[in-house]
Amino acid sequence: MAADIASWIFILAGSFLVIVGGIGILRLPDVYTRMHAAGVTDTLATFLLVVGMAFQAGFTLVTAKLLLIVVFTFFASPTASHALAQAALASGLKPRLAEDRRPKDGKSLDDGGAE
Amino acid sequence: MIRSIGLAVVLFAFWLLLSGHFSPLLIGLGIGSCVLVVYITHRMNVIDHEGFPIHLGFAAPTYLLWLGWEIVKANVDVVRIILTPSLPISPTMFRVRASQKSELGHVVYANSITLTPGTVTVDIIDDEFEVHALTSGAADELQGGLMDRMASRMEGNRENGAPEAKT
Repeated sequence: MAADIASWIFILAGSFLVIVGGIGILRLPDVYTRMHAAGVTDTLATFLLVVGMAFQAGFTLVTAKLLLIVVFTFFASPTASHALAQAALASGLKPRLAEDRRPKDGKSLDDGGAE
Repeated sequence: MIRSIGLAVVLFAFWLLLSGHFSPLLIGLGIGSCVLVVYITHRMNVIDHEGFPIHLGFAAPTYLLWLGWEIVKANVDVVRIILTPSLPISPTMFRVRASQKSELGHVVYANSITLTPGTVTVDIIDDEFEVHALTSGAADELQGGLMDRMASRMEGNRENGAPEAKT
């Protein structure tokens, strides 16, 4: 019973974050900012949903497998995000910025860049 | 050698976890396949400090716990921004220095930045990362360098001085 309640709480919280991530993808203006919204779905939402499912499974091999899913997601999703962001930048898509703190002309931080 | 044994143990634990079979025949087959895999990786010479970073020891779980809490806080921030009607974003691009010594350390730091909602590593130029942040506040926090120091500390906590990744 207690496990069921905990399971409900985690799965509802996770679902809420997935929905917020979706709303964020719709509301934010460009590829780069939208990626941050997708990050919510990738990280905390996935974790909460899996923990909720783990409460249903109890102390079984299924729970161990569920936790492995979290581990692999946490390794794979930043790699995918980085590949996506770099592909967007490499193909010439300019991010809409409020503030650009990058050093000019691609200089390194050492020779008189920003900061 | 110790890495090969460690890899065999981890592989077999993984095999048990995924199979859930405990009859002698199947366990024997599991051990056999683990030994075969370790032999192949040994011949391919891929069991190094990068492929199997055992030297990180307890520093890795400590770092992961810290990172987990950072991710939770960043999630709350991003969710709040998305749900605020005025959408108070201030996208910022900036460079941070990665002070880690090995490539493994760089990967850990870059992936930690990307894993935290609100900041994404877009490019890596030598030992500097180009990062896109959703708000200037998130940019300030990362430029403060706490995450850089935490990642360096985890990397620095090695027991037997693993070789540098620069080849």
